[in-house]
Amino acid sequence: METRFDVAVIGGGVVGCAIARELTKYKLTVALLEKECDVALGTSGRNSGVSHAGFYVPTGTLKAKLNIEGHEMMPAFCKELGVPYLPVGKIVTAKEEDEREYLYKLKGIGEKNGCKKLRIIDEKEIKKLEPNIKGIEALHSPTTSILDPFLLTIALAENAHRNGACVRLNTLVQEIEQKKDGFRIVSNNGNYTSGIVINSAGLYSDKIAAMVGINDYKIFPCRGEYHILDKNKRNLINGAVYPVPPKELGGLGIHLTPTTDGNIMLGPSAEYLPEPDDYGNTSEVMDKLFMESFEFLPKISRKDIIKSFSGIRPKLIPSGSKAPADFVMEESRKVPGFINLIGIESPGLTGAPAIAKRVSAMVKEIRGGLAENGAFDPVEKSKIRFAELSHREKSELINKDPNYGLVICRCQTVTKKEVIDALNNPLSARSIYSVSKRCRATLGRCQGGFCTPKIIEIMEELYHTKTSDINYAGKGSELFTGKKEGVE
Amino acid sequence: MITKTVDVAIVGGGPAGLSAAISAKKNGAGNVLIIERGENLGGILNQCIHEGFGIETFGEALSGPEYMQRFIDQVEENKIPYLLNSMVLEITRERKLLVASREGLIEINAKAVVLCMGCRERTRGQICTPGTRPAGVYTAGAAQNFINLKGYRIGEKVVILGSGDIGLIMARRLTVEGAKVLAVVELMPYSSGLPRNMVQCLHDYDIPLYLSHTVTEIHGKKRVEAVTLAQVDERFKPIPGTEKKIDCDTLLLSVGLIPENELTRNAGIAVDEITGGAIIDERMQTSIPGIFACGNVLHVHDVVDYVSMEGDKAGKDAAEYSLGKAKMEGAIRVKPGPGVRYVLPQLLSGEEDVLLSMRVISPARNVKISLIDKGRAAKTIMKPRVNPAEMIQIKVKKGELAGCKEITVTLQNGK
Repeated sequence: METRFDVAVIGGGVVGCAIARELTKYKLTVALLEKECDVALGTSGRNSGVSHAGFYVPTGTLKAKLNIEGHEMMPAFCKELGVPYLPVGKIVTAKEEDEREYLYKLKGIGEKNGCKKLRIIDEKEIKKLEPNIKGIEALHSPTTSILDPFLLTIALAENAHRNGACVRLNTLVQEIEQKKDGFRIVSNNGNYTSGIVINSAGLYSDKIAAMVGINDYKIFPCRGEYHILDKNKRNLINGAVYPVPPKELGGLGIHLTPTTDGNIMLGPSAEYLPEPDDYGNTSEVMDKLFMESFEFLPKISRKDIIKSFSGIRPKLIPSGSKAPADFVMEESRKVPGFINLIGIESPGLTGAPAIAKRVSAMVKEIRGGLAENGAFDPVEKSKIRFAELSHREKSELINKDPNYGLVICRCQTVTKKEVIDALNNPLSARSIYSVSKRCRATLGRCQGGFCTPKIIEIMEELYHTKTSDINYAGKGSELFTGKKEGVE
Repeated sequence: MITKTVDVAIVGGGPAGLSAAISAKKNGAGNVLIIERGENLGGILNQCIHEGFGIETFGEALSGPEYMQRFIDQVEENKIPYLLNSMVLEITRERKLLVASREGLIEINAKAVVLCMGCRERTRGQICTPGTRPAGVYTAGAAQNFINLKGYRIGEKVVILGSGDIGLIMARRLTVEGAKVLAVVELMPYSSGLPRNMVQCLHDYDIPLYLSHTVTEIHGKKRVEAVTLAQVDERFKPIPGTEKKIDCDTLLLSVGLIPENELTRNAGIAVDEITGGAIIDERMQTSIPGIFACGNVLHVHDVVDYVSMEGDKAGKDAAEYSLGKAKMEGAIRVKPGPGVRYVLPQLLSGEEDVLLSMRVISPARNVKISLIDKGRAAKTIMKPRVNPAEMIQIKVKKGELAGCKEITVTLQNGK
């Protein structure tokens, strides 16, 4: 028996999850197919976590429209989904005389695009906003905000699930066959049929399109590396601090971005790769990231780095190409019912709420109308963060559930109850990754050295998890090669 | 919220904390309380099942749990109360502690506090090892926990980066458990572990040691598949052309320990950037009166016996403070000079016998260690050999530093 859906969304990134969730507002059967063990494991979780105001993107493009729309929707969107969102603002900072001009250019683009409250500030005002940052003039964007991209994607997927979507993790789409009444999808985890397919496969969106004979697209993977600094350095900046990007490189330049969890990220670099799956860090870039950030913020030291990682942009233009590439977002003319979302790099995170609206409008048009799902509940409760509560709130929580009194992750002060809640997620995603992105355990300065054994103990206690099922992020990433019998 | 008042609050129930608690009690503190975040007293020694602890203190080589049991027994005999599964979230200048426990949030008002939180391991992130981020990269202590306390096999073919003591102990442990340790890789031209561990853990098991080498890349998408090693030059930069790829499924890191001083910093206590621990005077007192520190939270020790001895001293000093006995202000500053990485305590009175603890920067033979004040050596001792892995202690007698204002401890060729 093959499960039939009205719409199948391929790819559990922020865009795919936002679309799946948006579609559950209607009377539709929706599937979300994700190849990894959880959502947000690709580009969506590996970026600066910024809701951009929209002054980098060329005027008149889909990127610009969706950026502005998405940015305006984002505060309410995050609130509804219980996701941390902080309007910390951002400055783009000129350090040299010849960089001043760029600020005015950006401001001009931004205003044409519809950005609000942009202004140029002088050295004195930079000092007031960011006392530790050196700069002679800056563009200040007070509406630029930071959000938790993992929690946003997770909340979207979990909300979609609660509203009836079928979220299939560990499901790699291998073949898509065009049928009279839709599509047959073959995966490593069952086969499905669906009236409409939405290709939101990010770095693999060209390959998914090619499965139905659409060979018009090629993704050029472009890696960006980051460092994460210890939380004890968080107060060195207030908002995001960007440079005037070096002319020869694409991208926004290596910037300093605070996270909603209280770290600072340094990065990203930009380097084209032959394959879209090399999430590595290189010594050259790691060194460069630090040195360039250090120029901005001399109060940081290499000792402050707690972790490095990388993300990959799904670009539609190859290295060296000057032609700007817009998002591809359309129903294929060759293959009706097949909606392609290709080249959704930055500002894809910011644009996600707006993209979801547009795609659901496309689905409505294809189906000739959609009936509303009266039972749709848009709200996801925000996660309780014991560490951030007042003494009185902490005390009340422990009295309610003693598991709030047992600290599991000492670096981030995450309690046993928070770990249990993370494990009890509706997607049944139970890797270390799934726990850590939901409750923040393992992400502190000891990087899970002390709390991973305790998390595994809780997994065994609650789910009797087998040794072979304990992994970092899905099959193949097992933590252990065996266990001795007779040990507690 | 539950509130308590104690004379001496001990933050941490490992070797330093238990010694401090027992000593505080013996020295007259009426009401001592140990606050331990783990589910047992004993701290990290519970997972150190190898032998070699207690040679200085008891004259025998005990396992970690055996060593700790002797102190736990004394805690019980002295009826010193302790909280388990209880985490100190905050310490204030006024010595008010906020503790999370299953019984509730507890506020403890203490006349004196002894910080005994120990240390954590430096991670891959902090040493910026390039490559992918697969499963199978463990810090040595985390691996020790998994193997010794839970019975897990963490991998079959292992490379260990860092020849610190935990790395060496784990090389032997993994071999005994049937895994193959393919290499121990050390950045420095010498091992940073104790000589006895070099012999008993590597040499006896024919495990190759690569000195002046480092791991330049981790390979593998989901689980470690290989690591690349390279030789390093005198500035610790990898030398091109010396790379060697080793197929393995596990990389263990034993690349240093960091005193865990977040509570300390948040309390506003001055921290020494070199030791990573609080700045203390000869009474083990930090920059906040009534708050003391000892053990690995103060500076990373080589041998646990010295941790216990330091705890004993800090416990006594804290008890005396809680009893309102005469406090002494440090007047003589102590600084590391050439060849010396650090010296503790940083402040002395010169009016009491005191034990200085120090570490050198690099190995040397036949050296002279001098305590120099205004160009004059107030005291000099000779050492046939010194090693950064080994802590050096110098006894300074009352009066030896009479008239000194600032002591610089220097290392010189003794010949």
